[in-house]
Amino acid sequence: MISRVCMPSRRLGLLLWLLLPPIMLASLWVGPVSLSFDALLQPGSRDWLILFELRLPRLLMSLAAGAVLAITGASIQALFRNSLADPGLIGISAGAALAAVAVLVFGGRWLLGPLGPVLVPLAAFVGGLVVTALVLHIARTPRGVSVTTMLLAGIALNSIAAAAIGVMKYFSDELSLRQVTFWLLGNLHSTDWNSALLLLAIGGPVLLLLLREARQLNLLLLGEAQARLLGVVTSRLRGRLVLLVALGVGTVVSLGGLIGFIGLVVPHLVRLLCGPDNRALLPLSALLGALMLTLADILSRLLVSPAELPIGIVTALIGGPFFLFMILYRQRRHA
Amino acid sequence: MTLQAAGLTLRRNARTLLQSVDVMLQPGSLTVVLGPNGAGKTTLLNLLAGLEQPSAGFVRLDGRSLMAMGALERARQLAVMTQDQPLDFPFGVEEVVTLGVYPLGLGREEERVHCQAWLQRLELRGLAQRDYLSLSGGERQRVQLARVLAQCGEQTTALLLDEPVSSMDLKHQHLCMRQLRALADAGAAVLVILHDLALTALYADAVLLLKKGRVLAQGGMQEIMTTPNLSALFDVHVEVSQAGGGLRFSSSLADDAVLL
Repeated sequence: MISRVCMPSRRLGLLLWLLLPPIMLASLWVGPVSLSFDALLQPGSRDWLILFELRLPRLLMSLAAGAVLAITGASIQALFRNSLADPGLIGISAGAALAAVAVLVFGGRWLLGPLGPVLVPLAAFVGGLVVTALVLHIARTPRGVSVTTMLLAGIALNSIAAAAIGVMKYFSDELSLRQVTFWLLGNLHSTDWNSALLLLAIGGPVLLLLLREARQLNLLLLGEAQARLLGVVTSRLRGRLVLLVALGVGTVVSLGGLIGFIGLVVPHLVRLLCGPDNRALLPLSALLGALMLTLADILSRLLVSPAELPIGIVTALIGGPFFLFMILYRQRRHA
Repeated sequence: MTLQAAGLTLRRNARTLLQSVDVMLQPGSLTVVLGPNGAGKTTLLNLLAGLEQPSAGFVRLDGRSLMAMGALERARQLAVMTQDQPLDFPFGVEEVVTLGVYPLGLGREEERVHCQAWLQRLELRGLAQRDYLSLSGGERQRVQLARVLAQCGEQTTALLLDEPVSSMDLKHQHLCMRQLRALADAGAAVLVILHDLALTALYADAVLLLKKGRVLAQGGMQEIMTTPNLSALFDVHVEVSQAGGGLRFSSSLADDAVLL
């Protein structure tokens, strides 16, 4: 565990809130088409449509998805009592993706029906839920959660999901193949108002409900037995967490594909700066997650402009090396 | 009667870990559990704390079944320190102690004052801002003890502690045992698992000897801490003698024992 640089959580909070408006403005401004102020004042103009129908929902999407990924990451780290737990690493995202791809490939007529828009998020939620429960079940021992088992189970579940997705891609037609492949890389490209509002409607409550658990999550860090002795009904707390995490991650995956590392890197940075108290960690992670994913989204539009790099690739390019750095740092500290 | 257990039995995988153990903890008393490694001391504590369900028997706290109580209500009445403290996150010392106050539901300022008092009593003021993970084993143990003691409020009637001072230096062992003694004197029923006979003789009123999952003897400290009882308990000769109003212990393997 990396020890911290003491920074008052209020100061970090203030800093992040101050950074938020300029980054939001940049996200609205940056893109393949340069907007002009004059045109923006005319409702219905091309620039107006780009701003309000494309970039604004996309901004809301990146903010909400980043916040949800970061706070679910922090929560699951408390649940597993390990700072290396991440929805991506332990297979929750892959489980959600597998279920979502299954619906996309085999859903057929159902997808066009009235339930169509919520069918994919619903499937992703169920997929995420099954994997979270499964990993928890496999990795729990009477003495607590085994980290090695948890990560190994994650590797196994990730490869099973990848293989199953591969099989489905093999059998899918050209169009849905391209759709699925592109979506799996993680993408906010196709965000519209419907998907942004759906994520806000689900992610908002998930966020608030997770924030309410902060104090009990702190007690869980003392160990399951200690938490029970301090008055936490751990079985119910676990149930609530698994449901909320699966719901949050499932919805993000179903709308934005696989966006890795936010859930791992963001809580780590916050913990490094302000310590592990979940009462500060959870809200600050949500805030920093929203900022980071919005920044990543801006980068994804800038790096190969006028084309776009899938955002999942950007977060992996930044998050992967950071993860390696963390592993090396831990190793050196333990040596 | 504060904490009462009768016929406590725990079987796991066809092994009997604990067999028909009766425990009665009186308010104002400090009971020490002694026994060799693997005797079932921790198992007994886990059952008394409600962390595990007994195969047979019951535990009652102030006449009510432990299993029937709500988690928070139980935490207000019963504070427990287990041997395993798997905290692996870099909390500050004061933050760790503050975690213990949760069941009391105090306001922020009350909480701070309450924790400061315990930091003071266990001589942790100087370490209050240190990172818990940077502390030595004995210091960590003292912090965890402070956390458990900070859990005690007006409603607390019983405390159970599993080797709470095993890693501490002599001075802090006495400091901490004195705090436990004070809590007992203030009316709590305290049960402590120890390995140290001298500490037991100094601070306990009652002693329970546990061997192979069964009670070998239990009762008042003076009456139980005898040469035959302790020698039978540890399978090694323990000579108990009176010295200066207290008890003195010396132990040795029997002369015919072969050391390999």
